[in-house]
Amino acid sequence: MSDRSQLIETGKPFKFDAERDAEFERLVKRYPTRESMILPALWLTQEQEGWVSAEAIAYIADRIGTYAAKVFEAATFYTMYHLKPMGQYHICVCRTLSCWLREKQNIIDFLAEEIGVRPGEISDDGRFSLEEVECLGHCGTAPVVQVNGEFHEEMNVEKMKTLLAGLE
Amino acid sequence: MEVKILSAKFDIENSHKLEVAKEHGAYATLEKLFAMEPADVIEEVKKSGLRGRGGAGFPAGVKWSFLPKDTGKPVYLAVNSDESEPATFKDRYILVRDPHMLIEGIIICCYAIGCHDTYIYIRGEYTSQVRILQQAIDEAYEAGYLGDTVAGRDFKLEVTVHRGAGAYVCGEETALLESIEGKKGQPRSKPPFPAVVGLYDCPTIINNVQSIASLPFIIDQGAEAYTAYGTEKSAGTHLFGISGHVEKPGMYELPLGLPVLDVLDKVAGGVWKGRKLKGVIPGGSSTPVLTAEEAKTATLDYESMAEHGTMFGSGGIVVLDDTVDIVALVKNLIDFYHHESCGQCTPCREGLGWMLKITKKILAGGGSSEDIDLLLELCDNIEMKTVCVLSAACTMPVRSYLNKFRHEFEAYVEKGASLQAAGIQG
Ligand SMILES: Cc1cc2nc3c(=O)[nH]c(=O)nc-3n(C[C@H](O)[C@H](O)[C@H](O)COP(=O)(O)O)c2cc1C
Ligand code: FES
Repeated sequence: MSDRSQLIETGKPFKFDAERDAEFERLVKRYPTRESMILPALWLTQEQEGWVSAEAIAYIADRIGTYAAKVFEAATFYTMYHLKPMGQYHICVCRTLSCWLREKQNIIDFLAEEIGVRPGEISDDGRFSLEEVECLGHCGTAPVVQVNGEFHEEMNVEKMKTLLAGLE
Repeated sequence: MEVKILSAKFDIENSHKLEVAKEHGAYATLEKLFAMEPADVIEEVKKSGLRGRGGAGFPAGVKWSFLPKDTGKPVYLAVNSDESEPATFKDRYILVRDPHMLIEGIIICCYAIGCHDTYIYIRGEYTSQVRILQQAIDEAYEAGYLGDTVAGRDFKLEVTVHRGAGAYVCGEETALLESIEGKKGQPRSKPPFPAVVGLYDCPTIINNVQSIASLPFIIDQGAEAYTAYGTEKSAGTHLFGISGHVEKPGMYELPLGLPVLDVLDKVAGGVWKGRKLKGVIPGGSSTPVLTAEEAKTATLDYESMAEHGTMFGSGGIVVLDDTVDIVALVKNLIDFYHHESCGQCTPCREGLGWMLKITKKILAGGGSSEDIDLLLELCDNIEMKTVCVLSAACTMPVRSYLNKFRHEFEAYVEKGASLQAAGIQG
C-alpha cells in the first residue's frame, strides 16, 4: 500500500517485552535454523508495537544472529508487516473477485466520504487507516472487512456505519 | 445432495475443543493406525483415490511414495493452509470447526511417511483462526496426542504453526518452504522436487489442509467407504465454497461428480435476484471460466472439468450473473496476480503489468482490436515461461474470457463502454 523500501527510525532502542521474549524462546526451539525465526519475530514485533521500525529490524537480526538485510528483505516482501505506524483502527477491505462481485466498492466509497480516508491513507487524527487487500478467504460471506484483524462478513454501508459507531 | 464426511462435526457447538471432538470420535482411528504398517497406510490412501485438494489434484498416496528411503535425513511435512486463491474458503472451516480432525490426519500422514516434524503454514490474515488452531494443538500436546510419545506409542511428533504475512505466492509449495526458512516467498525451480530436496534440503511432503483432514475417515472406514462417494477418477467428497451471484453462497460438502447447475440451483439457491447465468468459474479464480452453455454439461469432478477445457481447482465456485462486466472482471483478476507476483521471473513481473495496462486502456475506451489480440499474445508469451505457475494462474483464465467473451472487449473498443452500458445484446 505504500513505499516498502524505506524504514523509519524511532530514535529509541527496541527490544521484546517479557511475554514476546518467552514466545521467541519457545518458538526458536521448533526450527533447525535460527533464520526460520525471521517471520515469527517480525510478527512478535508488530504485535508489540503495531509496526516494524528500523531499530526493530536491527534487533531481530541481532537476536537471530543473521544479517539485517535478510530481515529487511522479509519485512519488505510480506505486505502484512507495517513499516510505519498505522491508524488506531486499521481497516482492510477485500478488493478481490467475490467481494468485487458483491459490491465492495460501496464500502470503499462510503469510507472515503465518512472518514475521509482512501486506500493507502491514514486519517489526519491517526484514528483510521484504510487498505484494500486481496482475497481474505471469506468469499462466501462477501464483501469482507477486517478491522485490526477481526473479520466482519456480509458487509454493506449500513453495517459499516454501525461498525464505525461502535469503535471508541 | 450435501453429505457430512469431513464436515460431520462442523455444526456441533465447541467442536474445536478436544473434549467435545473426542466425544464425537476424534483420535479414535489411532488405535487402528498404530496396528498397521506404515506401508499399508500409504497403500490404503492410494486405494482411496484421494487427490490433493490444494488445486492440482495429485494423488496423495502416490506423492508420499516418492520420498526416498533411508536418506539419513529427517522427513518433513508441511501442511498448506495458505488458502489464498481467490474464491477459496474451505480449509478455514476445518481449522476453526474441526482442528482435531486435521491434527489426527497429520498423525496418520506422519506415521505413514516416517515424519516427526510438521509445520502448518497458515496465512497471516487468519487471526482468530490461528488462535483456535494453536489452542487445539496445545490441547493435543497436553492430552499426549502430540509430543514424545503420540497416544502412548513410541512415536514422536512435533507440530508447529508458521504464520505467513500476506503473500499469495506462498501457497505455492516451494515458496511456502522458502517462507518457513525465513526468506521471501520466491518459488524454487523443480526438479529437484520437494519430496527429494525440500525444507532445509530434506525430503518434504506438502499437502493441503483438506487432503490431510480426509485421512481419518479413510483410515477409520477404509478406502472403499471413501470411494463409495464420487466418481471413478474423482473419489470422495469435497468442501465446495460457492460465492458470487447466488442466493445462498457458502461452504457445502458434496460428493464429487454432481452436475454444476444442479448444485447451483438446489444447493446454492440459484442465481441471485432472479437473474440469468452468464458463467461459472469452477475452482478458484485461476481456472478458466465456463459459459452458461458449457456449464449445462459439466460435472464437479476432475475429468469433466478437463473435458470442458478447464480445471477442477480448489473447489471455489464463482457464479457470474448476466450483469457482470467481463472486461472489468478481467482487470480485477490481472490486478490480483500482478500484485502477488513474487518478482523473480520477468515474464510474470513485467508481463502481467503490461496486461493490466492494456486492459485498463480498453476499459477507458482507448483500446483497439489489436489490443485484444495483443493480450492473447501476451498470455502465450508468459505462460509456462516462469519458475512457478502463478503467471499461468492468470493467463489461463484471462485467455478463456478473451476467447469466450470477446464481444464484450469489442464493445469497449467500438463504443468505449461496456456491453451493458452500450445497450448491445450479449
Ligand atoms: C501460485 C500458487 C498458489 C497456491 N496456493 C495454494 C494454497 O493456498 N493452498 C494450497 O493448498 N495449495 C496451493 N497451491 C498448490 C500447492 O503448490 C501444492 O500443489 C499443494 O499444496 C499440494 O497439496 P495437495 O497435493 O494436498 O493438494 C498453490 C499453487 C500455486 C502455483
Ligand atoms: S474475494 Fe473477498 S474474501 Fe475472497
